Amino acid sequence: MSQPSSDNATQVNRLTRGLIYIVLVLFAIYYLLPLYVMIVNSVKPLSEIREGNMLALPKEFTLDPWFTAWSTAQIGVQATGLKPYFINSILMAVPAVAISTLLGALNGFVLTKWRFRGDNLVFGLMLLACFIPFQIALIPAARILGMLGLAGTTRGLILIHVAYGLGFTTLFFRNYYAAFPTELVKAAQIDGASFFQIFWRILLPSSAPIIVVTVIWQFTNIWNDFLFGASFGDFKSQPMTVALNNLVSSSSGVKEYNVHFAGAILAALPTLVVYIVSGRYFVRGLMAGAVKG
Amino acid sequence: MSFLQIRNLEKTFGNVKVLKGIDLDVEEGGFLVLVGPSGCGKSTLLNSIAGLEAITGGSISIGGKVIDGLHPSQRDIAMVFQSYALYPNMTVAGNIAFGMEIRGVPKPEREKAIASVADMLQIGHLLDRKPSQLSGGQRQRVAIGRALVRNPQVFLFDEPLSNLDAKLRVDMRTEIKRLHQRMGTTIVYVTHDQIEAMTLATKIAVLKDGLLQQSGTPAEIYNNPANLFVADFMGSPAMNLIPVTIAKNGSGVSLSTHREEQEPLVLGVPNAPSGLAAHNGKEVIFGIRPEALTDRDGADRNATNVAESECLIEVVEPAGSDTFAVTRLGRKHVTARLRADANVAAGKRMKLAFNLDKAVFFDPASGQRIV
Repeated sequence: MSQPSSDNATQVNRLTRGLIYIVLVLFAIYYLLPLYVMIVNSVKPLSEIREGNMLALPKEFTLDPWFTAWSTAQIGVQATGLKPYFINSILMAVPAVAISTLLGALNGFVLTKWRFRGDNLVFGLMLLACFIPFQIALIPAARILGMLGLAGTTRGLILIHVAYGLGFTTLFFRNYYAAFPTELVKAAQIDGASFFQIFWRILLPSSAPIIVVTVIWQFTNIWNDFLFGASFGDFKSQPMTVALNNLVSSSSGVKEYNVHFAGAILAALPTLVVYIVSGRYFVRGLMAGAVKG
Repeated sequence: MSFLQIRNLEKTFGNVKVLKGIDLDVEEGGFLVLVGPSGCGKSTLLNSIAGLEAITGGSISIGGKVIDGLHPSQRDIAMVFQSYALYPNMTVAGNIAFGMEIRGVPKPEREKAIASVADMLQIGHLLDRKPSQLSGGQRQRVAIGRALVRNPQVFLFDEPLSNLDAKLRVDMRTEIKRLHQRMGTTIVYVTHDQIEAMTLATKIAVLKDGLLQQSGTPAEIYNNPANLFVADFMGSPAMNLIPVTIAKNGSGVSLSTHREEQEPLVLGVPNAPSGLAAHNGKEVIFGIRPEALTDRDGADRNATNVAESECLIEVVEPAGSDTFAVTRLGRKHVTARLRADANVAAGKRMKLAFNLDKAVFFDPASGQRIV
């Protein structure tokens, strides 16, 4: 009796499964289409793009637009390509991500394991930083950077990004450490470990999932930031995003779409790499603590 | 002078007084068990000794040296936690050696200490594993090993067995007792399990609402509870606490209580405490342990005052080694502990023997023992 009914159930199951996969594939195509257009057009000569078919595969394959975008394209007034700005972005993003993540971890540690009077208020205020629109802070930030002598420097941009990221990184780490057993900290205290020894030796080695989440979050935000880069960077410190804008929106000369596409992909590449390398941990980290493992 | 001394210890969290003036002494090599219901302050007391909580008032000394205000690592104590609190990123050997590493003990010495502890606890084959690869009992051993390797003056155990399953718990209990006998180090042990308290302790301290209810040897606590709370808390099944009315007749005292479907139960109490006469005509609480309330043949032959009375048995609970019979006296369920093969049936009457040598009486208003 039970045999036919279970057969039926698997059939229905297969059917729904098939439908789900069709829908998923359609969505995947939909989302991949822009990337396809960018890649295809970045390896075509400009003349082919002008013919008007953006979706066609290249008749003549060329990597020239990539080299142009990287090293010789006209950015603003100089024909330097995106290369120096790419380096600027790296020099800005890496330290900013590292510092904000580390400080966030330290904040989370203090807010959960070394609680003090009013700690929740402090945390609430730090959370508030997540909701302040960037534009509001522009003028005060410019003033502070000027006073510190950091205006227009990479270090200035690092400072701004660290300050802005702190709310998020603190939130991530606080919530992660809230579920971290306090008895471990007590055991380490009895073992004689100091505040920083507990932090380095006990807490940080157990924080891999949340570190990955924070690094991805911070790196994506800082790398993709345009407003601070455009406002506080000068020629020597402007990040990739600003340079890309200058490349694409230049009003003089011919619009070299193939170069623009190549440049846009170059600009997006590092975040893509970070996601591909650690995406697995990202999902795992977001889910950590949601269910009892 | 005693080894571990706690004097008028107070602890407040905000407006809440968690410990309200605790005085306790433990002699060197003693095994003090702090027992009480959740929220009675026993863990706070242990954390105060460890230095993990700052105390609000009073003082604590170990071996004649006052340790108030000292950092936990300076107090010459070691602690075993309920959740074991093993460092998840370190191996078993790393866990055991962490304290020594922090104190800058040279590596060869550390390895020797690890080896000797591992040998004692039979965890030598686990030294390279991570805590996540261990079973509950193995984690417990490692946690004890981490404490042992410090060779402290006092061991602190915070409900170390409550995360283990029932059988393992009994095994580890025996092991802890054996370890204590072998090492002779003073131990303070927190539990809410009164059987653990009875089996392990050389001294039990019963706490409730931040107040010390009674302290003494397990036998003292069990046989001479100072008040209703201690009487009710210690022992399983719990002591029968029956409301009775006291009557003075001539030089003796008798008690009477309501009995289902029968005349009231009246028992003469020849060995009544002198304070009982003052309660003539009033209601008091008559406490008698289940093992002092048995079938006639099972009664203690050395008992001098045994009274017998017929009672209606409501429920029979065979427990293998014993059979428990539940009757009703003074409108309360009363448990009698009978021999396993006692002739007893639910719904029938049977003669129960009351061993009045073991009877205790409490003032229902104050809850204090009548002496």
